[in-house]
Amino acid sequence: MKIGKINYSELSTAQKLSVKYFTVAMVLFLAQLIFGLVAAWQFLAPDFLFEVLDFNVNRMVHINAMVVWMLYGFIGAIFWLVEDESGVPLVGAWLANATFYVLTVAVTIVVLVYLFVQSGPGDAWTLWLINEGREYIEAPRWADIGIVICMVAFFYNVAGTFVAGRWSGISGVLVLDLVALAGLYLAGMFYTTNLPMDQYWWWWVIHLWVEATWEVLVGCIMAWGLIKTLGARRRIVTTWLYVEVALMFGSGILGLGHHYFWIGTPEYWLGIGGFFSALEPVPLVAMVVHAVYDAGRHSFRSSNHPALAWLIAHAFGNFIGAGVFGFMQTLPQINMFTHGTQWSSSHGHLAFFGAYTTIIVAFIYLTIQRLRGDVWMSGDLHGGWRWKWSLGLLHVGMVGMSMALLIAGYEQSFIERAMGGSTWQAYFDGQTQPWFIQAMWWRMIFGVIMTVGLVLLLVDFVKIGAGDDRPIRAVPSEAIPEPEAQSEELAEAAAGS
Amino acid sequence: MSEPGIPTEWWASENFWRKCAIFVTGFMALVLVLLTFHTLTVIEAGSEAGRVPAYSVINHRIGYVMDDEKRRMMPVIGPKAPLFGEELTEAEAMALVDHGKLTVQARNCMNCHTILGNGAYYAPDLTKAWLDPGWGNEQARELLMTMFLKDPPTNARTFGTGRRMPNQELTDAEVRAVIAYLKWMSAIDTNGFPSGFKPLPQGPLTEAPQSQSGASHALGTSPPLAQPRRPSTKSPPPLASAPAAGLSMRGAT
Repeated sequence: MKIGKINYSELSTAQKLSVKYFTVAMVLFLAQLIFGLVAAWQFLAPDFLFEVLDFNVNRMVHINAMVVWMLYGFIGAIFWLVEDESGVPLVGAWLANATFYVLTVAVTIVVLVYLFVQSGPGDAWTLWLINEGREYIEAPRWADIGIVICMVAFFYNVAGTFVAGRWSGISGVLVLDLVALAGLYLAGMFYTTNLPMDQYWWWWVIHLWVEATWEVLVGCIMAWGLIKTLGARRRIVTTWLYVEVALMFGSGILGLGHHYFWIGTPEYWLGIGGFFSALEPVPLVAMVVHAVYDAGRHSFRSSNHPALAWLIAHAFGNFIGAGVFGFMQTLPQINMFTHGTQWSSSHGHLAFFGAYTTIIVAFIYLTIQRLRGDVWMSGDLHGGWRWKWSLGLLHVGMVGMSMALLIAGYEQSFIERAMGGSTWQAYFDGQTQPWFIQAMWWRMIFGVIMTVGLVLLLVDFVKIGAGDDRPIRAVPSEAIPEPEAQSEELAEAAAGS
Repeated sequence: MSEPGIPTEWWASENFWRKCAIFVTGFMALVLVLLTFHTLTVIEAGSEAGRVPAYSVINHRIGYVMDDEKRRMMPVIGPKAPLFGEELTEAEAMALVDHGKLTVQARNCMNCHTILGNGAYYAPDLTKAWLDPGWGNEQARELLMTMFLKDPPTNARTFGTGRRMPNQELTDAEVRAVIAYLKWMSAIDTNGFPSGFKPLPQGPLTEAPQSQSGASHALGTSPPLAQPRRPSTKSPPPLASAPAAGLSMRGAT
């Protein structure tokens, strides 16, 4: 390996796959922002691309690009850690490569059909070939089936590699979580006339992915990331992971009920959904404590500063975006007024970014470090301003957007719901309020800031570590011994109890 | 992965939390599965629970009235008022509503509108679209809905936002089906969502005394069948009133 140069050919098959998945993920991330900007602009200039590229098409591409790039990011991260964690080379490398190309071609076709065909007649063929018309999982049925096949192949690669090598707490949780994640997708793959029935199962996919299995997945990735960047103790990290799984599934599975308040489902969901979803922030607090404790304990001496910074950003972003912003509107007494307003949009933006974008970016930095021949990525980086500024701009942009949308949501809840009585007239009264319009302008401005941040981030991905000949800072795992005093105190406490 | 030499309390041990994680996940998943079995029976269309109406509800006037006990609005099935004057069997009604739902999905309505509050926020919620006061009165409603859906950009009522609905090139059959779907949707008991909604003026929700009993059927379990309390704004429908802002507002910005 040549330090500071691209060493792609020297990467293992799994690592090369990570690079491929991350590359497509970043292309889709850029696409997500571009279509988001177009949709945001249509709020301000509704005639823009009217009947050419309407809001519903832009918005669909915006959210679908996000779901797909995040899945690509997760797959990339898992391929990155699977060999290291199992201690053996990837099992089924040929299949894994084929899966990547099949999946990517399928995604490309789906997006092209979204853009150029857009919609079809009201029959089952449209749902099979063009668009299912169900938010987040619009992909037509043929693509659903393809996705499931690719996920089965991916599962074989990951589980097979662990079977061939060694198991750990992290890999055990990861593999079980992948089973749940893939299985839940099946709940979204059928059609029914009955709308409440449709939305009941639809939430099984959306909620039990985003607020349960994805969270546990990033918990696994985070655990491995902390061991790698900081040399955190495996025993502590694994124990924390189990705590997080218990709290996450303990609150998140029945927290699903907060989507069953208003869709025709029985009234008991008001209580169950309200109670358990109100507990959902608890595991996210645990994750913050976990990350900050580990980082502080190792005095921020990491082998990869940008990756560590994004891991910390993940811990806080997850807690604030998913936890706090979700909690704000999760009780039915509040949700009655906020459900289906820009509140949800504000929460959605900050949560997806804080919980998932951050950790995938962290992993891309780990990948690039290796790609550049295990180059130095700690303090005193050449061009280190780039990763700091891109991190700053992306966060300022996202927080600004979320705040603007939150204000728009407040205004909507008052004017449209509480005062106006939720009629169409009341809806438009809310949409024409100066405060709402100002919020849409601010969202646009912060969206542009975020896009600038992303461009800078992509530039940094290309340039970071290039031409630097310092090797990676060594972070031997288990480097920090358990403090004697603390152990003695624990022993005394144990004896005394 | 236990490390000898470092004492660990049982409550801080890896083993304890592994078991906790497995038990909690299994238990919660089991509870969810059990609740799902129950919920699925409740939300069958036309089930006893009355939360989700049978598809033939489109043959009736659909009211939306305050339930005094729950202090929230509830849908009520009124006397016969067949959609487009054509009474359908349950199977025919289901086929029509089904075509409407397929059309709404095929045209990707949910990425501008919300449906039961879920979707995008660029256009109004469709949960109570059938009952929206914007249609003026029930005599004008079917015609106005049809005209609007056939040519939304021309008939757009943008209320000053400038946001128009693109022409979805709906066929006549698709238009009727979408309206049937919206009518059926308005009769779903959504626990009072969206808040504070009051429907457009409609005729009485109970049959005249001499007619057959049982035509009026409260959807929920608690409101008395005979005298659903109607919102104070409703008196016999003002036939003479202009079709509320209606089509005359085309192109308004």
